[in-house]
Amino acid sequence: MVRQPRTTGDEKTATTPGQRQHRPRTVNRRAGRRRARWRKTWPALLLVSPSLILVGIFVYGFLGWNLRVSVTSWQGFAPVYDFVGIDNYIALMNDPIWWRDVRHVLIFTLVFVIGALAVGFLLALLMEKGVRGENFFRSVFLFPMAISFIATAIIWRSLLDNGTGENTAGINQLFAYIGLDALHSDWHKSDSTWAISAIALPAGWALSGYIMALFLAGMRGVPDELREAARVDGAGEGRVFWHVVRPMLWPTTMAAVVLLAHISLKTFDLMFAIDQRSPRIETPALYMYHSVFPGSFYARGATIATMLVIGIAVLIIPYIWYTMRSERRP
Amino acid sequence: MKRRSFMALAAAPVVAPLLTSCSGNANQMEVFTWWTGPGEGEGLAELEKLFAAAKPDVEFVNAAIAGGSGDQAKAALAARLQASDPPDSFQGHAGEELADYIDSGVIEDLSGLYESEGWNSVMHPGLLENLTKDGKLYAVPVNIHRANLLWYNPSILEENRLEVPQTWSQLIEQNEVLSEQGIATLSIASAWTQLHLLETVLLGELGAEAYNGLWDGTVGWQTGEVIAALETYTAVLEVSNLSEAAADWQPQLDRLMDGTAAYAVMGDWAYSYLATNQGKVYNVDYSVAETPGSVGVFDYLSDAFTLPVGAKNRENAEAWLTVCASIEGQDAFNTKKGSLPARTDTDQSLYTDYLAWNLGQWLDSSTVVVGSLAHGAVARPGWATEIQTALGVFVQNGDAVAFADAVALAYQNTKS
Repeated sequence: MVRQPRTTGDEKTATTPGQRQHRPRTVNRRAGRRRARWRKTWPALLLVSPSLILVGIFVYGFLGWNLRVSVTSWQGFAPVYDFVGIDNYIALMNDPIWWRDVRHVLIFTLVFVIGALAVGFLLALLMEKGVRGENFFRSVFLFPMAISFIATAIIWRSLLDNGTGENTAGINQLFAYIGLDALHSDWHKSDSTWAISAIALPAGWALSGYIMALFLAGMRGVPDELREAARVDGAGEGRVFWHVVRPMLWPTTMAAVVLLAHISLKTFDLMFAIDQRSPRIETPALYMYHSVFPGSFYARGATIATMLVIGIAVLIIPYIWYTMRSERRP
Repeated sequence: MKRRSFMALAAAPVVAPLLTSCSGNANQMEVFTWWTGPGEGEGLAELEKLFAAAKPDVEFVNAAIAGGSGDQAKAALAARLQASDPPDSFQGHAGEELADYIDSGVIEDLSGLYESEGWNSVMHPGLLENLTKDGKLYAVPVNIHRANLLWYNPSILEENRLEVPQTWSQLIEQNEVLSEQGIATLSIASAWTQLHLLETVLLGELGAEAYNGLWDGTVGWQTGEVIAALETYTAVLEVSNLSEAAADWQPQLDRLMDGTAAYAVMGDWAYSYLATNQGKVYNVDYSVAETPGSVGVFDYLSDAFTLPVGAKNRENAEAWLTVCASIEGQDAFNTKKGSLPARTDTDQSLYTDYLAWNLGQWLDSSTVVVGSLAHGAVARPGWATEIQTALGVFVQNGDAVAFADAVALAYQNTKS
């Protein structure tokens, strides 16, 4: 490849805007600049166009189609594209099953996000202090994330068994071995309305290693000079952490929360494989699936899907807005 | 030059499937099932062998998608049917589960084939009566399973001097003795087994005629008898190990075998699990009877094959259906899967142990045949889904009236 000589147009853009205003501009030069810019952008545009088209069809196209289905009365095998307005949304708002499932997903999100953040943070803190064989531990903590949620669920299904007497198994059996029978739990089969928080155990197990990695990177990113300076000023290790490291971990925490929360809102496979169709741990994502397959309530499924998109957007959009604003700041 | 070969390489993964899908219309026979597990997969292989003998020049394409009761397979099938790209024949539970396909005209009426092959006189008359919809038949059944069965551990009954219960209240009474021994009276598992239990309680408490009426709309769900039967269901659940329900039906039966539970309601796929997988002996380690109150009634479910409209190899598909309905086909398949033939004129000596007992009842002309709710014979998919959802709430709160209301409402909303 031969390097193209830089055009005059490019040189002009390099000057400050203030200077540029005083210069006489000709139509010719402006057209040349535009042509130059086009020559620079079209190969890039060409390269990204396949993914633009695919994302356009398979993400936004199908979002639109889903929205269309959610305002029809499609129930049954054959597609029906009529228009019933927001009837399905009203029906969903009056559906006790929907609200039960919303409650479940909120509880799950709360327990899972706080739990995974706390465990991940603690692990990162311990790592940061320097452990012998750090690489080994780091990999061990990260491994669970490499396992699919379905496989995780199948392992944890037996770990969270609530049998008593001869049928005691899983974690409860572990408790019995070490003489802590009192800790015997019914986990997700408990009568409590908080039963779904038991599912946060496998979910947290899978992801807290990843959160550890995020925090560890965040902690390592704090320049040593800052800590040194604080120490010179007479701060103890606790105060160094609180006043120097903690504020600088804020962006990491934000990213981790958004990451965990959106995973939590769409978690489907864990509950699906741990106890299929159990009303104690059903979430909107599962309600959507069971409405469509095999019940063929396509319109209701699409309505739930739209509500889920809105729910996740409420969480993600402020975050994107926040990061874009802070990145634009000098 | 180099760039062009690179482009060709990059395009290959996109173009290659298009090419093969265009050329793949040779003489084929594509059969879509969810039979991949032990027993059923082998049964399908037997049918494939028979088909190969009948049509040696046809390539058999096994388009099976794994997953018990076929939920995943049905989702994939729906997409193919909606795109007008049907397989040449697909599996479905005979009965109302096919109603959506029939209403939207994606499967063909097979009455003509029944007529020309003479199946009307060899298939079980009670089954044919259940399968006929507006005088037409849409599927060819290959096997029969029975749902109203109470499996039990005979040594537990002997030790506690108990008889097999003839009514649901007798079963509930036995809990007094059994709970003293620390034995659960009834073993239960995940949500679908609870639905399966519901249908057998309804059948036992209401009788076959009223049970049938629940599905065709002639018996109202909100009537006093039905509410009473639903309350019996709640009482039955109270003597079960519901709070420690097993993860699936296999561990549900394991609890019978390890002696921590006395009874379990399960279809007769339990037989091949206990006899073949677990190596247990019939009438020694385990035994079986009709669920309480259903003696003389056969609560069936049946796997059947269809002919989709627009099948690419229609002639081959008809040959496949003929193999499925033949004596050889039914015997070869069912002895592998551990189920009964839908025909009445097959070789009875092939069916032993539990199957011999069950076949005797199936062929007994005084036996009343009813369809299974949990396995797609009596309620359309939409209604069945809503019943399952409402049942989840009912099992938790025991509100029989609210459940009956929900089921009745769902019937109105989902009937065609």
